[in-house]
Amino acid sequence: MKITPEIVTEHGLKPDEYANILRVLNREPNITELGIFSAMWNEHCSYKSSRVWLRTMPTTGPQVVCGPGENAGVVDIGDGQVAIFKMESHNHPSFIEPYQGAATGVGGIMRDVFTMGARPVANLNALRFGAPGNAKTRHLVSGVVAGIGGYGNCIGVPTVGGEVNFDPGYNGNILVNAMCVGIADADKVFYSTASGVGNPVVYVGSKTGRDGIHGASMASAEFDKNSEEKRPTVQVGDPFTEKLLLEACLELMAGDAVIAIQDMGAAGLTCSAVEMASKGGLGLLLDLDKVPCREAGMTAYEMMLSESQERMLMVLHPDRTEAARAIFERWELDFAIVGKTTDTGRFIIHHKGEQVADLPVDVLAEQAPVYQRPWTPTPPAPYLSAKDVPDTDDLGVTLARLMGGPHLASRRWIWEQYDHMVMGDTVQRPGGDAAVVRVHNSRKAIAATTDVTPRYCAASPVDGGRQAIAEAFRNLCAVGAKPLAATDCLNFGNPERPEIMGQFVGCIEGISQACIALDMPIVSGNVSLYNETSGIAIPPTPAIGAIGLLDDIDHMATIAFKQDGDVIFLIGETSGHLGQSIYAREITGRSDGAPPPVDLEAERRNGDFVRTQITSGNVTAAHDISDGGLIVALTEMALAGDRGCTLNLPKNAGLRHAYLFGEDQARYVLSVAPSKADALIAAANAKQVFVTKLGMVGGRHIMLDGNPIHAVTELRHVHENWFPEYMEG
Amino acid sequence: MKSCVIVFPGSNCDRDVAVALQASSGSAPQMVWHGETELPKCDLIVLPGGFSHGDYLRSGAMAARAPIMRAVVARANAGTPVLGLCNGFQVMTEAGLLPGALMRNAGLKFICRDVFLKVENSNSLFTRLYTQAQVVRIPISHHDGNYFADAATLDRLESTGRVAFRYCTADGVVNAAANPNGSLNNIAGILNEAGNVLGMMPHPERLIAPELGGTDGRPMFDALASLLQNA
Repeated sequence: MKITPEIVTEHGLKPDEYANILRVLNREPNITELGIFSAMWNEHCSYKSSRVWLRTMPTTGPQVVCGPGENAGVVDIGDGQVAIFKMESHNHPSFIEPYQGAATGVGGIMRDVFTMGARPVANLNALRFGAPGNAKTRHLVSGVVAGIGGYGNCIGVPTVGGEVNFDPGYNGNILVNAMCVGIADADKVFYSTASGVGNPVVYVGSKTGRDGIHGASMASAEFDKNSEEKRPTVQVGDPFTEKLLLEACLELMAGDAVIAIQDMGAAGLTCSAVEMASKGGLGLLLDLDKVPCREAGMTAYEMMLSESQERMLMVLHPDRTEAARAIFERWELDFAIVGKTTDTGRFIIHHKGEQVADLPVDVLAEQAPVYQRPWTPTPPAPYLSAKDVPDTDDLGVTLARLMGGPHLASRRWIWEQYDHMVMGDTVQRPGGDAAVVRVHNSRKAIAATTDVTPRYCAASPVDGGRQAIAEAFRNLCAVGAKPLAATDCLNFGNPERPEIMGQFVGCIEGISQACIALDMPIVSGNVSLYNETSGIAIPPTPAIGAIGLLDDIDHMATIAFKQDGDVIFLIGETSGHLGQSIYAREITGRSDGAPPPVDLEAERRNGDFVRTQITSGNVTAAHDISDGGLIVALTEMALAGDRGCTLNLPKNAGLRHAYLFGEDQARYVLSVAPSKADALIAAANAKQVFVTKLGMVGGRHIMLDGNPIHAVTELRHVHENWFPEYMEG
Repeated sequence: MKSCVIVFPGSNCDRDVAVALQASSGSAPQMVWHGETELPKCDLIVLPGGFSHGDYLRSGAMAARAPIMRAVVARANAGTPVLGLCNGFQVMTEAGLLPGALMRNAGLKFICRDVFLKVENSNSLFTRLYTQAQVVRIPISHHDGNYFADAATLDRLESTGRVAFRYCTADGVVNAAANPNGSLNNIAGILNEAGNVLGMMPHPERLIAPELGGTDGRPMFDALASLLQNA
């Protein structure tokens, strides 16, 4: 087949990129080779627009065993164990086919984790949908949630946490970001660096079909009104096979057969083979006639670009190959030796007795184009004074509207469709600040959370980036966990537009600042660009997944008020910042203004204080303050504990609505037994932590300065009912 | 006590129930692969939860025809206690160990949450550490838990005390509002005629310790452990 400019364009390659291919090959590629280049050099696989900025992020620390560049990040959790985790996007497929798109997103991220030798122990997800009133939103929510549940429930890994936003900015381009956390022994972590010449390259798992061809290329292009015609490029998940693959891989990894292993994700066989060879400085010979195929008559091009799920590629020790085969055959999975490592540095592919590709490995993997895209900083948003945001004349009605609205309503409708208890170690279920999963057979636990506030990022990418990390830090501290590290899933629009690139650069800068200040390095991540439909970009959404460690599950906090009479304290300073708050947006219709500034020193100080108080056993409940401000945090604690509270505004509170609904950062609500109240104040003072006594737990209402704002039972009603009623239409 | 947990491809609560058995009895069960044809000598057999064979075809349908199931059915008929939890219950109905069928939940969605169960028969070897009509809180986690049986079968189950657990409210009221999945007569678990086979959709193995959110599942495993140790 003659390679025409049209064919080059169809493969998502720019003319100068193709010219580069001609130059390095010194000949015209054939169609299979062009497909391989397009798979390796697209945005999704090569990070060509983001790479120069990703390099600037903090990725190291004493707790980091392995940072970005592998399938997932690896962090030390003591006792000879590591946590392995990552978050990844599956946005484009989920918009086209929500069930399979979301399901295969979950399957893919779990493979990234168990490829490295870890047993997955927790799944989380960060979901962004369009406005509730958009005609497609309900269908997408329904399909995505069913898909996440369908996959995770079947494989038997609990889905324990996540977040959901609705915003018209996602009407044409939803975001489905899936995170997985696994646990492994530190001396049993597996990497993707091939070594040795002549070692067998082994294919295991499902057979290869025609599904998902060009998935990675699709994820690197904008949407238009014809995108739904791309449904055939969405992969189909088979969680049952993944469960078998998981058990077979972990069984194999208990021995010493594996030299290198890489899951077949985006760009399948191409990407996994090239990455393993490239990292080992080797060549690789593939014989496609040995690849297990689901369909007859597949071409080399189709086999190299297929994104069929539940497949792995491994380099094994030759003398362990037959023992490995026995394991996979017992699990009724395909096992095929499809090639070998070579010392040529070439990626050579044979099919039907012919050589169908001969490409330099290092060029494919390392010489993908890198762009220093032009960018313009986001213009600073002016500070919005609380004086310019009207107060509410009926606090009770306003609170009920927020608690029973799309932004703050209970997500129970979602997480009850996820098995969040399987594996028997979930010690904090969904609905709190962070999910907590015990490390099996121990008293310690991993806390995990996903966070970002896209409206903050849109108004100020730097502040929004800082806030995303800070909120993840707070959510971990609020359950009593020591934050360890983070993974990022950077969802943005078209990087070829300078204003979008400016959002990206700003968010990276903010994230990096916060990671350093809060000692939470980025150990893994994923970039999803071109999240646009018909030229309209999503709000900048750098979703952060973070994990922390609890030494003892007996010293864990939850958000639920526990005991009438407990004293309620506010930790952290309140200025009453209403710019970009939920209150300003939803109640007064103002979406302008700068987001709340993030004082990273205060975050560190307050977070460390809260965690110390929890682990010392002084705290009966803890909750970070985020969307909706102080009164929403208090209401959530009341609902979780099914008991009210009596609050008194401090004399210096300033404007009431700003104090109650302001979204100032670095703040928490704590409750403590009355006998420990004085000690808490003294401890806070000793650490220069702002502490304010707010009131007392008890009663059936949220009471403010002697007046009932609302009954807990009625708030529960609106809080719990919004989601099911919305979904029923 | 020696117990066996049958592991099908796609079982995923096998480890959870092994932990519960070990916590109550002090000894780990033997895990038996579905492809075996012989069972070791044992005093209790457990069919665990999960998605055997991916729930493809019908929940439990393929597992019910696994090589090991012939031995399981033979032992059950000979009087060995057999406990089926969630997918294990589905396998039991498919294998003919228990009557009826578990259809898709009436709401068509997967449901994972704590529910309240009324102990309807506290005389069985599984339930004897509960009191009659006790209300216990145990999680469910299933897509296909909607119990169905024809009228004659249902009559037989009801009239002979073979309904072990029923979905109820926190106050023990058995009504439609407390029925999470559309099961006939709010049935959550049933016994066979001889009383040595129990199948139930809820997961007692998930609430056996305070740190997991409750202990109402623990008496079932304690009952099995002590009974079998005395045997």
